[in-house]
Amino acid sequence: MTLEVGRPLQGAPLGHERASLLDVKDLSVEFRLRKKVVHAVNGFSCSVSPGETLAILGESGSGKSVTAHAIMGTLNTTTAKVTGGEVWFEGRDLLRLPDRERRRVRGRKIAIIFQDSLSALNPLFTVANQIGEMFRFHDGMNKRAAERAAVDLMGRVGIPDARRRAGAYPHEFSGGMRQRIMIAMALALDPALLIADEPTTALDVTVQAQIMELLKDLQREMGMGLVLITHDLGVVADMADRIVVMYAGKAVEVSPVHDLYSSPGHPYTAGLLQSIPRLDSAEDELRPIGGAPPDMTRLATGCSFQPRCRWAQNICKGEPPPLRTVADGRRSACHFAEAVLHGDEAVLHGDQAVLVGDEASGDEHA
Amino acid sequence: MIPAWSGRSELPEPTGDAAEAAAETTAVEPGASFLADAWSELVHNPLFIISGAIVVLILAIVIFPAPFAGLFGHGNPHACNLADSNEGPRAGHPFGFDVQGCDLYANVIYGARPTVTIGLLVTGTSLMIAIVLGSLAGFLGGAVDTILGRLADVFFGFPFILGAIIILTVIPERNVLTVSLVLIIFGWPVMTRLMRSTVLGERSKDYVLAARSLGASNMRILRKHILPNAVAPVIVYATLVTGGIMVAEATLTFLGVGLQAPAISWGLELASAQTEIQQYPHLLIFPGLFLSITVLAFVTLGDTLRDALDPRLR
Repeated sequence: MTLEVGRPLQGAPLGHERASLLDVKDLSVEFRLRKKVVHAVNGFSCSVSPGETLAILGESGSGKSVTAHAIMGTLNTTTAKVTGGEVWFEGRDLLRLPDRERRRVRGRKIAIIFQDSLSALNPLFTVANQIGEMFRFHDGMNKRAAERAAVDLMGRVGIPDARRRAGAYPHEFSGGMRQRIMIAMALALDPALLIADEPTTALDVTVQAQIMELLKDLQREMGMGLVLITHDLGVVADMADRIVVMYAGKAVEVSPVHDLYSSPGHPYTAGLLQSIPRLDSAEDELRPIGGAPPDMTRLATGCSFQPRCRWAQNICKGEPPPLRTVADGRRSACHFAEAVLHGDEAVLHGDQAVLVGDEASGDEHA
Repeated sequence: MIPAWSGRSELPEPTGDAAEAAAETTAVEPGASFLADAWSELVHNPLFIISGAIVVLILAIVIFPAPFAGLFGHGNPHACNLADSNEGPRAGHPFGFDVQGCDLYANVIYGARPTVTIGLLVTGTSLMIAIVLGSLAGFLGGAVDTILGRLADVFFGFPFILGAIIILTVIPERNVLTVSLVLIIFGWPVMTRLMRSTVLGERSKDYVLAARSLGASNMRILRKHILPNAVAPVIVYATLVTGGIMVAEATLTFLGVGLQAPAISWGLELASAQTEIQQYPHLLIFPGLFLSITVLAFVTLGDTLRDALDPRLR
């Protein structure tokens, strides 16, 4: 998929003064295994305004999905523990709500859709029954009314011949249609916030585009906030208003979408952008980010991206860079964010530059 | 496999009132169409028809033995004449006579009741226990799982026949209920284990997570989502094991620790036949034949049910 850089935004840029719908502050999640502790999320913060699309972008293991489940309260509590932070939603901190209250928020106020729609649907029940369950369970509708509402909803998410297909089982649908059914279930109760956890990863590219288009339309129609979790920069470019780039369980950069593509404010983001093919670039070769994703059981002191950063300097090893505002509406967690932003090579390769290990210099490996 | 919706394909394109009507048809019991699908698969399976018919016939014999026993004019199992002791088959007495000179056919017919009752009672009760304990252990995990698991291990540790003999020799009165109880004691752990493992497998599936993130409570998830998906294997195992339980009843009785005369059961008939097998084989053959056919029918029924009910095969 090609990126259209610098494409104007759909809506007006969202100012910070607007009351946010969801406000995640300093969220930390750990997985306690037998011998070690995996620090999956380490002080992650983000906010979503009503009607806004926020993309959480990161590679596998960066803590995107764990963040989503921590917000939903669906972490597997035998191993996962939320060790700190706040999740404010409609004036309440979800992490401090009693279970019963929290359940009421789930589905009704915040809904989520998953990557693999076949396994996310119960194989034994017809799709209309499953969509209808939302109405029966949350709204106390009777069976017949719920079925009818389900058929309506199936039509709205673009399932052709919904009435006839209502009695079919999940395995009788194609992947794209199943994802539509998942979306229908998630939107049944008109939630204020929808979290889409890699909604199109399991689908082929044409269907991906259709599902994204559908999500965009439904979001505009219903005015809900959308958190789009993805590792696909292409998907983000078309959909999101703002992007949070996640690395090692932290937000390393927050930016309006078009700014990020034209001038990344964090070396990791810069690396990501250089590692995808672009039509508007003269360069033939892709430059992957060197090194391996961090070991989440032993986090580096200082900046967590420093071992892979080609501009790493002494300070990066010692001090963790805070996420700070570096330009209008843009925040970055890099000591040299301004230099990265403006491509100031002099600073980046400054006198204090340290010798960077082989594994860290992406150039040689490219 | 016929998809559930294909039956409605002859409906005209719905418009206006017709659309309403179509929605109504669609809305009728979509949960039932899973069973309807299973059923339509079953009725096309000759094995199911045959074994089902035999099971129905046997159940009829169990519930109303008298008309079946009277089929050849000598329906009273207690009308005995010692002069006929161990006589072979003859007119009006198709199976011959037992050692007491009682009509063997009437005895075999009446003997079905305790054997089949024990088979169904033990299976049914063990199944209930297994579904409740197994889903709790599998779903809750942790301490509940550990305690139930170790408890089941205790019963696994005993060789079944040995354990049953020990308990039954201690019990003063041995009847259908006490024999059933002993068989249940040794029967529930296997089924509970099976149930636990399938619940454990389903618990971590995405659709459970999806249900949870759409606001369902634990109880609801267990009841509405996990149970229907996890219960098929254990139900099928139960039908398979029903035959085994009947054999176990016959075995215990044969060994002298099951039901006691003057009760009538296949096990008792086989037990009394053992000493005179060589001279009077009919004493063994006829009750044995009934027992074998019954067990075979239940096992086959279980087999066909598994094929139809298991969603992974559909």
